[in-house]
Amino acid sequence: MQDFLIMNTLGYPILSLLVFLPLAGVIPLLILKNDAAAKYWTLFITIVIAVISLQLYFKFDKTTALYQFGVDHAWIPMWDIRYTLGIDGISLLLILLTTMIMPLCVLCSWNYITTRVRPFLACLLIMETSMLGVFMALDFVLFYILWEAMLIPMYLLIAIWGGPRKIYASIKFFLYTLAGSVLLLVAIIALYMKNGTFSIPMMMGQDYSSVFQIYVFLAFFLAFAIKVPMFPFHTWLPAAHVEAPTAGSVVLASVLLKMGTYGFLRFCLPITPEASIFFMPYILWLSIAGIIYGGFTALAQQDMKKLIAYSSVGHMGFVTLGIFVFNAHGIEGALLQMINHGVTTGALFIIVGMIYERTHSRELALAAGVGKFMPVYVTFLGFFSLSSLAFPGTNSFIGEFLVLAGAFAKSKIVAACAIPGAVLAAAYMLRMLQKVVWGGTNNPDQSYLADLNVREIITLAPLLLFVLWIGLNPAPFMDVMHASVNHLIQQVGIADAGPQGILEVAKLAIPH
Amino acid sequence: MKMALFFPELFLLLSCLVIFLLTLGKMRSSTVRNITAALSIIAFLICAGSLRLEGDLFFKAYRIDLFSQLFKLAITGGVALLLLFSRELKGIEETIRAEYYLFLLLSALGLVMLVSSVELLSIFVALELSSYALYLLVPMRDDHSGLREQMEAGIKYILFGVVATGIMLFGMSYLFGLTGTTYLSELIPAMNQVIGTPAAIVGIALVMGGFFFKLGLFPFHFWLPDVYQGASNETTAFIASVPKLGAVALLIRVATLAAPSAATLVNLLMILAVCSMFYGNLIALVQKDIKRMLAFSGIAHAGFVILGIITLKDTGFASAIYYITGYMLMNLACFLVICNVSVKGENLAISDLTGLYKRAPLLAFTLAVGMFALAGIPPFVGFMGKFMLLAGALKEGYLTLVILAAINTAIAIYYYLSVVRVSYCTDPEERPALTVAPLTQVISIVLVLIIIIMGVMPAPVVDIATAAVRGIM
Repeated sequence: MQDFLIMNTLGYPILSLLVFLPLAGVIPLLILKNDAAAKYWTLFITIVIAVISLQLYFKFDKTTALYQFGVDHAWIPMWDIRYTLGIDGISLLLILLTTMIMPLCVLCSWNYITTRVRPFLACLLIMETSMLGVFMALDFVLFYILWEAMLIPMYLLIAIWGGPRKIYASIKFFLYTLAGSVLLLVAIIALYMKNGTFSIPMMMGQDYSSVFQIYVFLAFFLAFAIKVPMFPFHTWLPAAHVEAPTAGSVVLASVLLKMGTYGFLRFCLPITPEASIFFMPYILWLSIAGIIYGGFTALAQQDMKKLIAYSSVGHMGFVTLGIFVFNAHGIEGALLQMINHGVTTGALFIIVGMIYERTHSRELALAAGVGKFMPVYVTFLGFFSLSSLAFPGTNSFIGEFLVLAGAFAKSKIVAACAIPGAVLAAAYMLRMLQKVVWGGTNNPDQSYLADLNVREIITLAPLLLFVLWIGLNPAPFMDVMHASVNHLIQQVGIADAGPQGILEVAKLAIPH
Repeated sequence: MKMALFFPELFLLLSCLVIFLLTLGKMRSSTVRNITAALSIIAFLICAGSLRLEGDLFFKAYRIDLFSQLFKLAITGGVALLLLFSRELKGIEETIRAEYYLFLLLSALGLVMLVSSVELLSIFVALELSSYALYLLVPMRDDHSGLREQMEAGIKYILFGVVATGIMLFGMSYLFGLTGTTYLSELIPAMNQVIGTPAAIVGIALVMGGFFFKLGLFPFHFWLPDVYQGASNETTAFIASVPKLGAVALLIRVATLAAPSAATLVNLLMILAVCSMFYGNLIALVQKDIKRMLAFSGIAHAGFVILGIITLKDTGFASAIYYITGYMLMNLACFLVICNVSVKGENLAISDLTGLYKRAPLLAFTLAVGMFALAGIPPFVGFMGKFMLLAGALKEGYLTLVILAAINTAIAIYYYLSVVRVSYCTDPEERPALTVAPLTQVISIVLVLIIIIMGVMPAPVVDIATAAVRGIM
């Protein structure tokens, strides 16, 4: 038995159950002939999965950095490929985020999707399987298979149920992400040649040469930077977000983007620490560029979905910034910010979807002044907008604060350059909030709008709960990551003390 | 009992005779088809039953081992699937349909004999048996376009084929001249002595040329697009899938002559593989006719298979077998859809698949699975095959080649995806709904399931392929 894995002791294989239950949930969809029944069934199965996944939090051992709830079976003996699942403090919250957000995706599509409902729900469930699998996989081939397989349902979600430019957006999404990950496969095989195993934990902390690390890192980086997306690889994101149906946007923003940053944390840092340090300055500056660029572009948008999409570029810039400062504050802040972005941006996309269902437009000008007729709606919008601009008391404040604290510890100049991003976030979010709630003197007639119904309130309420919960009491969320993050920093730290030459290069690029 | 070893071939030969007798009468073509399909299923079952047989026949010119029996199983399986889903031969005139089935089975018989042949002359005879039957199948198409393009395709096919055969024979004369034997089992040790000499490399490369033609590898690819386009959909389905199995089997047999090392030959094959992949994928991007697109995609896939051959190792050969078997199944899935969507047996443009999801949901799904599998997206068989070929090649240190191959998968995705896009994301407009026969539905579900199961659980197939390859090395 591998020593990095604590085997599952719950009496039932909880991780395998979580991965395969959504897939099993597809089978009734093939048989059911009634769309309404299919919706109730999908809602039911996703809620069941969410409830089961809560077990992970309560039974999670916060004191260890080992992978827990492990499952390990031989799969393809010839290449020593194993079916290995396990979670640690880095993946736990992302898994919970995924399982929690899926029922909301079903709810927010209740009336939005009217054609080919059952295939749509099947795509959502297949997405859930592959997303959960990506966060749990500890075998690189298993990881890659799920990582790639996800493209198919996501492509279909955008290409079939998307907006007017869906074909352009979906192909761009597919080509970008696939092109990014083909070299990832080569890097994975190269790592296998060095180690004789595809086990991810066993690839960590090995003594690879600097040149090898740099090549592997570059292959990793291309795949993950496109997924995040980091500036300048972000151009697929606004297109995909704008054209995707609401549930697609939510899955994309809340979970898919996190896979890129998760990749940095799980693979780049522990497997190629030396190269990570070597490339750190460049990535920090790319993050800053993303933060500023995303902010300014969001400020100029007239389409609400585009605005939120570009704000994602900025927010994810904060996440990569936090990861690559290599200290506990930065990485924990980045992890928390990943969750926060999932909650807040997911909610904002749902909110835009709600107004789209009513007005059939995402234009900011056409949604002006709805506050008078939809008070509940704008209350939610207010909270989530404040959360998005990292207002104290909301979740993003904690995350962004930690990231900036980490950045200041690393380099004052880098941190100072990130500050305008926070200001820009306030500017573009308040601009949208002001427009939507009050508008101006020439508002379009909004009197026909009905306020949120019970289903829509139920969709948004859990997200609001988490916004305030993380904002006011982040300890339950932070506790689970400490051990894993410290372990990760140690893994990078070993290299940090090692090759002085690389450190000197890094210092030159970032003045202290 | 020697007779039992030869039983699959004997049965196929007997089947051909039965069909031949049927062609003399006035039997309805659907009856002939049913008989042929039944015979091919029985042949498949016989091959499955004789999987573990071993022995030599005909003064050791003909060898029955796991390697040959595995290929026989795949070949007869492919033929049976093809006959089951191509219900009526839409592109062939009623009066010559019985003959069509005869030549189809003869070609299959040739391939089955090819994979067992271990002597240069018997290889040649078996190859010609399968090729000449195919040359005849192509121009049997009815003249639907009025341009007699089936004749053009037939002429191209036979001319290129004969030239390739000539090249192969020339190479065989080198091998014979160098070693004084035509038996592969005696050639292997004899070639080891002279493998460094240019004559040996030229000889092996020229012999391989004949099989490159069958496989459609650059620069022996010129016939592919035109023949695919000119032949009827069912004929193309056969040409695109089954003979490639035979080609790979013989490439592996010939490559064992060069094992364990032949740097010049490997370099040559590498260049051909890279050219094949880039040429096929780049030209496929602009194709409008789906069969032409699949032809160019086939050229690219031929380049991919070479990745397994150049390792000159059992794992690489086994990966190549796995890949080409998977390729046959993916191709059959795509052609199942093409044959059924084409109402009168005409060629299909990619745009003719518009709105297929509404006209025939199952066909659209099968096509999507086939295309994603050809593109090498997990969890389908195409990905696992690609993965193992890349891993095997990288293990031997061909990093540049592997990176170029990986880049090619990114290029290829565009044209595969555009087929899925057309069939799923557009409305059918005036195109009528399609009725799909229950048997075809079953076959398409079976194909989809095999493509997924082979992709998720490759171990059994790879294990048996490895055992088969070890037996001949």
